[in-house]
Amino acid sequence: MSATMTTTRIYLPKDAVALALGADRILRALQREATTRGLTLDIVRTGSRGAVWLEPLLEVETPEGRIGYGPMTAAEVPALLDALAQDGAHALRIGRPEDHPWFANQTRLTFARCGIVDPVSVEDYRTHGGYVGLERAIAMGDVATVDEVKVSGLRGRGGAGFPTGIKWNTVRLAPSDQKYIVCNADEGDSGTFADRMMMEGDPFSLIEGMTIAGVAVGATKGYIYVRSEYPHAIRTLNAAIQSGRRGNVLGQGILGSAHDFDLEVRVGAGAYICGEETSLLESLEGKRGTVRAKPPLPAIEGLFGRPTAVNNVISLCSVPWIMAHGGAAYAAYGTGRSLGTLTVQLAGNITHGGLIELPFGVTIRTMVETWGLGTRSGRPFRAVQVGGPLGAYFPERLLDTPLDYEAMAAAGGLVGHGGVVVFDDSVDMAAQARFAFEFCAAESCGKCTPCRIGAVRGAETLDKIMAGTDTAKNFEVLDDLCEVMADTSLCAMGGLTPYPVLSALTHFPEDFDHAARRPLAAE
Amino acid sequence: MGLIRELDTGTPIRISEATVSLTIDGQPVTVTRGTSVMAAAATLGTRIPKLCASDSLEPFGSCRVCVVEIEGRRGFPASCTTPAEAGMVVHTQTDGVAKRRRGVVELYISDHPLTCLTCSANGDCELQEVAGEVGLRDVRYGYAGENHLDAPIDDSNPYFTFEASKCIACSRCVRACAETQGTFALTMEGRGFASKISAGGTDFMGSECVSCGACVQACPTATLNEKSVIALGTPEHSVVTTCAYCGVGCSFKAEMKGETVVRMVPYKDGKANEGHSCVKGRFAFGYATHKDRMTKPMIRAKITDEWQEVSWDQALTHAASEFKRIQATYGQNSVGGITSSRCTNEETFLVQKLIRGAFGNNNVDTCARVCHSPTGYGLNATLGTSAGTQDFASVDHSDVILIIGANPTDGHPVFASRMKKRLRAGAKLIIADPRRIDLVRSAHVEAQHHLPLLPGTNVALVNALAHVVVTEGLVAEEYVRERCDMAEFETWARFIALDHNSPEVSEAVTGVPAADVRAAARLFATGGNAAIYYGLGVTEHSQGTTTVMAMANLAMVTGSIGKLGAGVNPLRGQNNVQGACDMGSFPHELPGYRHVSDDATREMFESFWGVPISADPGLRIPNMLDDAVEGTFKALYIQGEDIAQSDPDTQHVTAGLRAMECVVVQDIFLNETAKYAHVFLPGSSFLEKDGTFTNAERRINRVRKVMSPLGGLADWEATCAFSNALGFPMHYNHPSEIMDEVAALTPSFSGVSYAKLDELGSIQWPCNEEAPLGTPMMHVDRFVRGKGRFMLTEYVATEERTGVHYPLILTTGRILSHYNVGAQTRRTENSRWHEEDLLEIHPFDAEHRGVLDGEMVAIESRAGEIALRAHVTDRMQPGVVYTTFHHAKSGANVVTTDNSDWATNCPEYKVTAVQVRRTNRPSVWQEQFAEEDVSLTRIAALAPAAE
Repeated sequence: MSATMTTTRIYLPKDAVALALGADRILRALQREATTRGLTLDIVRTGSRGAVWLEPLLEVETPEGRIGYGPMTAAEVPALLDALAQDGAHALRIGRPEDHPWFANQTRLTFARCGIVDPVSVEDYRTHGGYVGLERAIAMGDVATVDEVKVSGLRGRGGAGFPTGIKWNTVRLAPSDQKYIVCNADEGDSGTFADRMMMEGDPFSLIEGMTIAGVAVGATKGYIYVRSEYPHAIRTLNAAIQSGRRGNVLGQGILGSAHDFDLEVRVGAGAYICGEETSLLESLEGKRGTVRAKPPLPAIEGLFGRPTAVNNVISLCSVPWIMAHGGAAYAAYGTGRSLGTLTVQLAGNITHGGLIELPFGVTIRTMVETWGLGTRSGRPFRAVQVGGPLGAYFPERLLDTPLDYEAMAAAGGLVGHGGVVVFDDSVDMAAQARFAFEFCAAESCGKCTPCRIGAVRGAETLDKIMAGTDTAKNFEVLDDLCEVMADTSLCAMGGLTPYPVLSALTHFPEDFDHAARRPLAAE
Repeated sequence: MGLIRELDTGTPIRISEATVSLTIDGQPVTVTRGTSVMAAAATLGTRIPKLCASDSLEPFGSCRVCVVEIEGRRGFPASCTTPAEAGMVVHTQTDGVAKRRRGVVELYISDHPLTCLTCSANGDCELQEVAGEVGLRDVRYGYAGENHLDAPIDDSNPYFTFEASKCIACSRCVRACAETQGTFALTMEGRGFASKISAGGTDFMGSECVSCGACVQACPTATLNEKSVIALGTPEHSVVTTCAYCGVGCSFKAEMKGETVVRMVPYKDGKANEGHSCVKGRFAFGYATHKDRMTKPMIRAKITDEWQEVSWDQALTHAASEFKRIQATYGQNSVGGITSSRCTNEETFLVQKLIRGAFGNNNVDTCARVCHSPTGYGLNATLGTSAGTQDFASVDHSDVILIIGANPTDGHPVFASRMKKRLRAGAKLIIADPRRIDLVRSAHVEAQHHLPLLPGTNVALVNALAHVVVTEGLVAEEYVRERCDMAEFETWARFIALDHNSPEVSEAVTGVPAADVRAAARLFATGGNAAIYYGLGVTEHSQGTTTVMAMANLAMVTGSIGKLGAGVNPLRGQNNVQGACDMGSFPHELPGYRHVSDDATREMFESFWGVPISADPGLRIPNMLDDAVEGTFKALYIQGEDIAQSDPDTQHVTAGLRAMECVVVQDIFLNETAKYAHVFLPGSSFLEKDGTFTNAERRINRVRKVMSPLGGLADWEATCAFSNALGFPMHYNHPSEIMDEVAALTPSFSGVSYAKLDELGSIQWPCNEEAPLGTPMMHVDRFVRGKGRFMLTEYVATEERTGVHYPLILTTGRILSHYNVGAQTRRTENSRWHEEDLLEIHPFDAEHRGVLDGEMVAIESRAGEIALRAHVTDRMQPGVVYTTFHHAKSGANVVTTDNSDWATNCPEYKVTAVQVRRTNRPSVWQEQFAEEDVSLTRIAALAPAAE
């Protein structure tokens, strides 16, 4: 190797979105060009920073810092390398990502490292502040750790919004010879991808979060239940776990302490309902993924009948920051009882889609318009669905609702897992309402009657309404059905299905009027 | 008299020291902690509609019709899955609740046939009831939507149908199969609206279903319904009685239409079964009215004559005169009788009373001779009572279960389900059995140790287990010191510690690897509450009694007697074999196990009965047969036994019977023994009389008459009439008077009466002044005999040896669907599961002989030869073959020998040296059997219009 030869370090995302948009083609182009040009490239594969609209976002290490180019394509690689040989100027250059307003205006606590670090390197993780939280948790002990999480105000980011510290305390106090930490990574809501991004881009955040949870509740074993549709996340997690064991952050005597903690990745089999925590536990136990009645709470009788903390990926990934910086520091963000940051995923018909992390309290409008720059189609905005397929549809006039648990509930919606899906004026809201029932019918585990039969009858009743059959009677039937489903379903699957249905009906009644129904927008 | 309706609290009332008090609809109620709101309401008599809940199952929370409102809680929680909490204020009937319940039921009915009027469950359907309760008047969805109305019917099972169109997907059947029965044959398939019950992807008959009926019992609709109900309609009244099959002694409600049994429904209050059942008790009752039932007394001079139907009077007068003639000719001891373990305590008591009082000798014996006589002897010698130590519920507290020579899932299925429940909850299991019985590995049950010993080596194995306990310092020293005879313990400990009792040395005898024996012994001694359960695989050996004693030694040395979850527990075969033994059926014992040589006891009976009683023990069955062959024993009264099929060395048995001059057989069928009889008395089934049965846990259960005896007299009435004809008067108006006599004469039964049985449901003896409510567990603070007695149990190999000519060991047993000699079950649809007896043989042994699965093989022993079809299976070990004895024509006991237990003469059914070879025809004995099946059973045609 020539001593005069300089090595250029390039960061190229390996996140599923980046891959879908050609990241590996860029890699091959880079390798090809490097060989041709006699360049030495040190290519580090990272996760994504979350700006899907900029992906693949290639970054080059320079004396000024990492300079981003995106959305990069393989075809642009020769031109990029030409540019790098000069002053780096290129049409796709966005400068330092952290200076770019789309990133600079976010509050990156949980996702601070995602897209920056090498996902499977413990060393890299520690270099970027990792494991400070775990060290502190080990030093503080279980009670203080649980208290710290309580002080942070962290609530479950999977959708239910239950205070994490209180859940952990229940598990901590439950007597048992074995306890478990289970991470719910069965991210199935349409328009959401925060869990996946995290697992692909910064899996050690999750590993550290689960380990802290283990220390806090007295669990020595954790399971990450990942949906099979996330093959890259599964690979990355497994590689990170291997590397964690080698690095003494998993296994026996973690970080030289008396604590043991190990992890196992379990892959789901494609059922949305297995994202419901008790179905997930059944599935983890090797059974059909059906919902368990509560009580007993999983915190008391969970996996294999043992006390189990079941937490969402983002909840757990928020913990290292909280433990490193203190619960109070985390609670300084946000508003009311919605404290800390929320990772919002902008999707659907939107110009600048991607993941943004913001303190609770920012309005939907700000997210959709300031970050998302409105519809991608350019047609007028009509509706936004927040919180996944079981979330409410909001019209334009509700866009000023702050995205926090209480404000959303007051407006008849829910935060869910933070998915925001935008629709333009071509949407048929009656069809969307029907889709809610169809989705419920397709994904219901079938255990409870309101969900099993109600979803099917709901779709049929909407068909009658849309066909103009006995509409007055059928609106009443629909209302009654939604009431039965909401109030008597065994879990949120059937219980929340009325949200999209009734919100569509409430805010977009004109779409349900047979006589006035517009011809369906262009197929 | 109407149908007995049992309260279903919806979810189990939890067992807990702690209680909580709450208010339901304004009424205060206190329940144990963990009990659901639904069950709490039920204890108040407040009914909350429910469809997926049943108190025999864990709460499930799927139907959602049981929602209530609870002050301070959001929404409408399901009362089945919400535990009652202190201070809760619950409202079960509000407008909001009503509207939601109606909404849920409306959904159900939108996918349910509206054929209530023609439905077999009309009037017996929970969906129908709930629809009525919630006031559903209209299904606004209509019936044109997606539905399951065309779902197919599965009627493959002979006893019940599965009509999927009526299924409401409540999973009660799936849960009953899993939680209650423990077979896991059923599952839910698909999800959402496509959810459907599946018998593992096939039909019920082709599935792993064992037809226990738990699913049928659990089904709230007509989806799973008895075919008898479909045929006959719903019953109009019911009577609680006791199953007449195995020694578990399950309580059933006989659900009737007049004198016709519509169905047998397991009774929740039955202490032995707590609402569970098996295919025999639940469904196989059709034999009781089978066309083969004999209803007329008959006589004949020679066994080759045709039978002549006669009146009861003629038959009994004839029999009495024959017995008198024979006694006059051949002496007082030339006659005897056999009591039946299938009959009631009262009937058994009368038969031995008749023999002792009217025959004037002690020539009485019973089928326990051939099954559990070693249990009586062995446990009496070591502990002081001839019975098992625990109740069935004790197993709920066991931590380690050792099963020796028993196959509970086939032989005692209802208890096996209870045991499996405990095993699923974490108890450890050790199985000593030559075969890989189902419990070795089945759904959610796996034995920690299977010790596949060679038949005939039980003593060596149990000694080896005890050797490990003693030599590895695992003795429960304090227990032994306090409760056992120390001198005898020390002698025994020195004996058991001898090298030849070590697992390493006995491995050569038992074939069980020493390391496995050591591990099993350590588990047994240190694993918590340790219980031994055993069956005929222990007793039916030349050292049967020794094994029973060896097990008692093992239990004592580990401190495993006299507490919950432990004990030495015989799984008794026949419904009333315990009772038959209790009632004085043995030639040396008067009722209550008191020796006939005991003057005080004898005097009590003599003064009560007004006759002298012989102080000399009488003949055992094998002695009677030997003496008959030799010409000194000439007449036999056999009530409800079929020794020509059930007893070993059939050809010797029939030779003895042929040599007698008067054999009186009293049975519900013209059984094998009746081929050699001169007088036939029609017996009465368990449905045709009142009485009591005593099960394996010493539980006395009531048998209640639900129909008139088909032959005119109940068995006890026939015995009385026979006794009267013999000049020894017996007069009882009701079997309760017989029990009063038993109580008056037997200290361990002194507190028993029908009134108390009716009040308590059942009583476990001893029941007397000391224990007025009975005794669930024996030997609690001290052994009945005082100090527990360790017996020296030297292993002595059986004389039945394998060799060049007979290289294989044949062992026999039974199968779930059939019962004993099959007289009952062969006359039911149970035969669909087991049409013939098969010879199970290991693939190595089969291949060596060129035998393929399903081929005919000849099985030859020193005693005889038969031919059966082979079933090649690796559940056998090489060198050991197995068959059942449910079919008379198979002649399994033609092959078994006359070897027997040294102490009790219990036959060595379990060890017979045989050779197996291919054949293409029945054996000579089987051909003769087929011929005599006709020639010895002919009944003369009635003369037309004889009057």
